[in-house]
Amino acid sequence: MINSIPPFVIYIVGALVLPLVKNKKAKQFIALLTPIIAFLNLIQMPRGIYWTIQFQQYELILGRVDKLSVVFATIFIIASFISMLYAIHIKETGQHTAALLYVGSTLGVVFAGDLFSLFVCWELMAASSVFLIWYQRSSASLEAGFRYILVHMTGGCVLLAGIVIHIQATGSLQFETFDITFLGPKFILVGFLINAAVPPFHAWLADAYPEGTITGAVFLTAFTTKSAVYVLARSFPGLEVLVWLGAIMALYGVVYAVLENDIRRLLAYHIISQVGYMVCGIGLGSQLAINGASAHAFCHILYKSVLFMGMGAVIHVTGRRKMTDLQGRGLYKQMPITLTLYMIGAFSISAVPLFNGFISKTMVVAAAGELHRPVIEILLHLASVGTFLHTGLKLPWGVWFGKNEGEEKEIKGAGEPPLNMLLAMGLGAFLCILTGVYPDLLYNMLPHPVDFHPYAAYKVIAMLQLLLLTLAAFWIFIDKLGGESFISVDLDWFYRIPGRKLLAFSQFPLNKIRENIEYYVLKTINRLNQFSNNPSAIGDIISQAMEEKPVTIKQLFEKPAENPHKVPIGVGALTSLIFLCVLILVGLSF
Amino acid sequence: MMKKLRRFLIIVIIIVSVLGFFFPYPQPHFWWQKIPIFDSIFGFIGCIVIILASKWIGHTWLMKQEDFYDQ
Repeated sequence: MINSIPPFVIYIVGALVLPLVKNKKAKQFIALLTPIIAFLNLIQMPRGIYWTIQFQQYELILGRVDKLSVVFATIFIIASFISMLYAIHIKETGQHTAALLYVGSTLGVVFAGDLFSLFVCWELMAASSVFLIWYQRSSASLEAGFRYILVHMTGGCVLLAGIVIHIQATGSLQFETFDITFLGPKFILVGFLINAAVPPFHAWLADAYPEGTITGAVFLTAFTTKSAVYVLARSFPGLEVLVWLGAIMALYGVVYAVLENDIRRLLAYHIISQVGYMVCGIGLGSQLAINGASAHAFCHILYKSVLFMGMGAVIHVTGRRKMTDLQGRGLYKQMPITLTLYMIGAFSISAVPLFNGFISKTMVVAAAGELHRPVIEILLHLASVGTFLHTGLKLPWGVWFGKNEGEEKEIKGAGEPPLNMLLAMGLGAFLCILTGVYPDLLYNMLPHPVDFHPYAAYKVIAMLQLLLLTLAAFWIFIDKLGGESFISVDLDWFYRIPGRKLLAFSQFPLNKIRENIEYYVLKTINRLNQFSNNPSAIGDIISQAMEEKPVTIKQLFEKPAENPHKVPIGVGALTSLIFLCVLILVGLSF
Repeated sequence: MMKKLRRFLIIVIIIVSVLGFFFPYPQPHFWWQKIPIFDSIFGFIGCIVIILASKWIGHTWLMKQEDFYDQ
């Protein structure tokens, strides 16, 4: 007898109840209570496979509960509580609803034991999370949100294609370890890699997350990429290509972070970098490596939420998001608590001993050593240097200290953020230290038995050497590392510039050609009709046709005054909606 | 203040680097793990390489005006 309910149901119920409640306090209570109930429910959940539904000849599994799914579910639920506490002052209920749906669907992914329920939750995750970007209500966020959802829908289609091919080939709907030599799993892998933001599919992350709302971005950092890490760990452990993609990814984010001026975009590039360690660990595939990848996902969610909350707090109180607008304004005097909490997150991501990044990142690097992968070990080591350089040194220096040649010496009205934001950061920072000091708390949850001791003296000394000399080099180059008022183009250039041109080309010349063909064909039919009615009028018909001026090439490229796609898209959407309703009705009646 | 900090940093670096000689890797997997101050050297050179290489790549190819996508 199972005494618990699927965790995603709790979040979806929370999301549905929230808009019905009028009282502000009650709303806040429900929003915070949902993760607490989910956590208590998770503790009750026994290991095993349950909540199965028969769907035609397939069996849908909503509860595959084992060590791997539980460790991810635990951190997702903790992160949802911290992020919700950070966002609790927000009055727009829609943001909370979207966030709860987002978390719920992520938990659906984590416990899915079949590909169909995985796919449904996967899509719901994308559809709900995009609202956390759109609620920022700026034109930049609207556009970034559209790009985000287009990329994720493309990823969803690739995943669906993979699932269909896999079912056709094997007849199995089970979500398990796949054999990459077949076509279906290849598509499934690409679908997962898009969500994990693995280059060359990564540009959506750095494009969209910094455009999200201050509170929504904290949710975004935790769930999409880490749920992709979970599914990769579940289905493709030991896949060689992941080792290289992960190691390259870890460095890729570092390079962009040097150039970045937008404070949250810099952190977004470091998500790519840190997820690189996890992807690499999954690719290495040994027990230590898989443990390392899972532990790093756990720790990463905690410290990255603290970092995003810290930078979100800076944007909240100053209204500024660029380092060039913040540096040299002495913000550390106005926000000492935020700075302290941010630095705990920064030390954690940099793997300073006693902070949680140290107990997980070293596991992945040690796994590369154990498997005698020298290049991978060096690349990951170098990425560690870059992580401390940017997140631990450059960013806090640029935001809270730094030099400013302008006249503004302080930001008027800046101060600490609201109490709930500080509490959320404090809770995140506390957990970063707790898991850093007592690694066994986390190690006992990992999928495989752990025989790893991060606090061996030689490991601590090696890490301190690495970090201290990074600090020394930073000190030498400190004047070169301030923000610069530029943006860096990434691979999203391909769909933002040539893509836009392709769209314009399709809209004007191609659409015009279509319209003209339609016009002349109809005209010809009309004239043939006239001719068949009265063959003696052929002379008039020909002279009329001769008088008409043909369309010039120039006219084809002229932009119409109104967007010609407004109406067709509307009609298309309406037709799809009607079709969907009919489909549901037909489905229900059977 | 900055001078004191710098002096403190140098002292700590020296201590940690010397400690590297007393606590070697018990089972080195690669030749560099046998060098007691390898991580110090790697951290310092690695950091400089990251800064210079990234800035060079950025200024040569990647960095554009802020309204690049709005044009």
